[in-house]
Amino acid sequence: MPTAPNARVDTFPKLLIRNAESLRSRPAIRHKDLGIWQTWTWDQVLEEVRAFSVGLSLLGLKRGDKIAIIGSNRPRLYWAMCAAQALGAVPVPIYSDSVADEMAYVLEHAEIAIAVVEDQEQVDKITSISERLSGLQQVLYDEIRGLRDYDHARLKSIDQVQALGREALAKDPQAEAQWNASVAQGKGSDLAIILYTSGTTGRPKGVMLTFDNVIVSAENGNLFDHLTADEEVIAYLPLAWVGDHVFSYAQSYTAGFCVSCPEAPETVIEDRREIGTTYAFAPPRIYENLLTLTMVRMEDASRFKRRMFNFFIEHSRKWGEKILNKEPVPLGARLIYGLGEILVYGPLKNRYGLSRIRVAYTAGEAIGPEIFRFYRSLGINLKQLYGQTEAAVYITAQPDGQIYADTVGTPNIDVDVKIADNGEVLFKSPGVFAGYYKDAEKTAETLTRDGYVRTGDAGFFDPKTGHLKIIDRSKDVGKLTDGTLFAPKYLENKLKFFPNIKEAVAFGDGRDVACAMLNIDLVAVGSWAERNNVVYGSYQELAAHPKVYEMVAEHVAEVNRSLAEEGVMAGAQIRRFLILPKELDADDGELTRTMKVRRGLIADRYGALATALYDGSHEAAISTVVTFEDGRKGALNARVAIRDMDLVPFKPPVLEAA
Amino acid sequence: MKEPGATEAAAREVLLAVENVSLSFGGVKALTGVSFDIRKGEIRAIIGPNGAGKTSMLNVINGFYHPQQGRISFKGVTRNRMRPFEAAQGGIARTFQNVALFRGMSALDNIMAGRTLKMNRNFFWQLIRFGPAAAEEVAHRRRVEEIIDFLQIAHIRKVQVGRLPYGLQKRVELGRALAMDPDLLLLDEPMAGMNLEEKEDMSRYILDVNEHFGTTIALIEHDMGVVMDLSDRVVVLDHGTKIADGVPDAVKSDQAVISAYLGVAH
Repeated sequence: MPTAPNARVDTFPKLLIRNAESLRSRPAIRHKDLGIWQTWTWDQVLEEVRAFSVGLSLLGLKRGDKIAIIGSNRPRLYWAMCAAQALGAVPVPIYSDSVADEMAYVLEHAEIAIAVVEDQEQVDKITSISERLSGLQQVLYDEIRGLRDYDHARLKSIDQVQALGREALAKDPQAEAQWNASVAQGKGSDLAIILYTSGTTGRPKGVMLTFDNVIVSAENGNLFDHLTADEEVIAYLPLAWVGDHVFSYAQSYTAGFCVSCPEAPETVIEDRREIGTTYAFAPPRIYENLLTLTMVRMEDASRFKRRMFNFFIEHSRKWGEKILNKEPVPLGARLIYGLGEILVYGPLKNRYGLSRIRVAYTAGEAIGPEIFRFYRSLGINLKQLYGQTEAAVYITAQPDGQIYADTVGTPNIDVDVKIADNGEVLFKSPGVFAGYYKDAEKTAETLTRDGYVRTGDAGFFDPKTGHLKIIDRSKDVGKLTDGTLFAPKYLENKLKFFPNIKEAVAFGDGRDVACAMLNIDLVAVGSWAERNNVVYGSYQELAAHPKVYEMVAEHVAEVNRSLAEEGVMAGAQIRRFLILPKELDADDGELTRTMKVRRGLIADRYGALATALYDGSHEAAISTVVTFEDGRKGALNARVAIRDMDLVPFKPPVLEAA
Repeated sequence: MKEPGATEAAAREVLLAVENVSLSFGGVKALTGVSFDIRKGEIRAIIGPNGAGKTSMLNVINGFYHPQQGRISFKGVTRNRMRPFEAAQGGIARTFQNVALFRGMSALDNIMAGRTLKMNRNFFWQLIRFGPAAAEEVAHRRRVEEIIDFLQIAHIRKVQVGRLPYGLQKRVELGRALAMDPDLLLLDEPMAGMNLEEKEDMSRYILDVNEHFGTTIALIEHDMGVVMDLSDRVVVLDHGTKIADGVPDAVKSDQAVISAYLGVAH
């Protein structure tokens, strides 16, 4: 029975039934197991999910119950989501690398009835906190290794549950009809999933998304990027992250494309290469690592290869993006680019598993413009997007052909974005979440009176491109005394994009000018020193070297030049800077464990330097405590030079009517 | 943790027994009248200070050294000397103190090599790799892939072994030994030179092998913590003689063992 076109299929189980009818024997999901790609077609997936689902109902899973899903990207864990949704139960994926204690909070808060987990590691974690989980009745696992001798009173394998379901379906002719009825009972406004956001502060919050939220967002995403059933996608990001849920689950079900699960987290690059993904998503870190790996390997290559690589990369830097953006390019450059495609770009893309890529996204953090351009110049359509769990991902994305390294694009289909008076980005879309689970107060705080969601990020629309630019978390954004917007992270990111600058701490809130403390990158600057005959004995000595200051000053001037072109940010150019005599370190509490700078603490500890930045002196003395790797502490005394910068003249911004 | 296992082991049948084995190299006595047994399904540790004769003992068991005196019974067959191929065909596999892999071959090929004895087609069939030989290779490859999955080394399947870090090489070596589907697995210092995390991983794999495949394991190890945690029973050698034999807790408090380790004058 073919479904009528445009008929709204409003839940995932219904979509699955539709796909099993219309796409039948096309691949739906793959998993590399025992070194071979095992494929399930859409009708097979329906059979697996139905058996699983009926099995779950026999275990007592009811409408409204919550089911936890913990593990890496495996077909059965994705099936568990759909199997639960078919019964009207709500899947709650949990980050598999969280420690037992963090897991306990979510399992408890969400009142989990059944946990579907990957392996012994997760079973052990749950067992260790089981006395705190009163509602938990069953734990189901995918991988039996190490679990053979465990007490199986409350423990079952997914296979067993599916067998239970198959048995019931075979014995009772009514069972399938009952299951179909249960699927039909679900509707778009039902709760589809609860995703807990990790939350840098406080306890994680459970974001409730309805089927409508997820499915409409996914469909709009499909439309935006013209995704069809022919896409190839590899699922490797955490199940609990909204991105994976939309890209690997919702969009696969709505567009009908096949999702491939890697063999192991370590084999993703190799597996991606075998699959040849056409649609990909990765945080900037992954693109950075790939690039670093390439550069390191090229250093070891033969001289001929290295020269060829450098020549063609240089050429692609000049013309690659223009060719990708379909701008006019001279024939000669085009021919050389074509040759480069055969000799360098093609093989490189093959290495990355991106030979067939149509759309690649990066999001989550700012990506270095150099890195961004590198991939684009190879002909990879890398774009940026901005999203949130509360929006079922999509808020803004870059349309094809309008790509800039420092914007996150224009509002997605059906999304309405506006900027609040305090600079905060607000949005309204069909993806707007149904609220935080059991936390009406937080929900109310997040929504504005007219139904917009506060993102907590500060941003502005770039007057030149019309794209949204995200500058910082809105609570960190301050103002200079003359009222200029000051976004520390925005400045710091711009500075850190230079490989020579490892860390940057910007000051300026409530001050008359912006200033910065910098850390040099020992590896990058060290190798620069070697090439430039700069002799140094220690990090401290290198950091204080006048030639290093000279080089860093050029970077800062570059940042100022780029700020001058950016309207609202132009006034926050860096007036003075210094280079810190020691590396900022998490062991000294100057960075968080996730390597974010603690501005307040640094301003305190280096108080003398912070004062000197603003009192006009050209040198300051500092003595501070250093923690060595083995835990010993030592004192560090240094005199630090402070450098004045010239500000680049700019046109004062025309303030838009608020 | 292992206490119930130990009592269970006592009731199980003996897989291998060495009786009164003595081995000397010229005038140097490596082993003097050593007797002990390994029961089916247990993890048996052989410990002792440096030069106590532990590796010699393993070499006697798998037939690399031939003792001047004594008998070895394995699976009910008693011999005066074991020959290496008898040991291998009979189901004894081992790993070595220093990693002994084919460094230029991939992890996959190294583990495949462990299946050689199980292959029925002769050299020439294997050379043309066609028809029945190909079918056989596929069947063996499946088993090898199961081992790769078990040891979680899928990501290095096609990497040259010589380029791998030490801990992974050790794991590949364990994989090759497992590829023989052994009844008795001899591990010679499986954790030597590893850091704490690698040791924990390796311990996990050893326990899993024992539990999952039911393989009997005899291991030599210097890390006492590991030995006491892993093994069901421990035999202690010193200067080529057996000085203690029993469950870990008993051995730990044995005066002779303490003296041997702390170097009390003999």
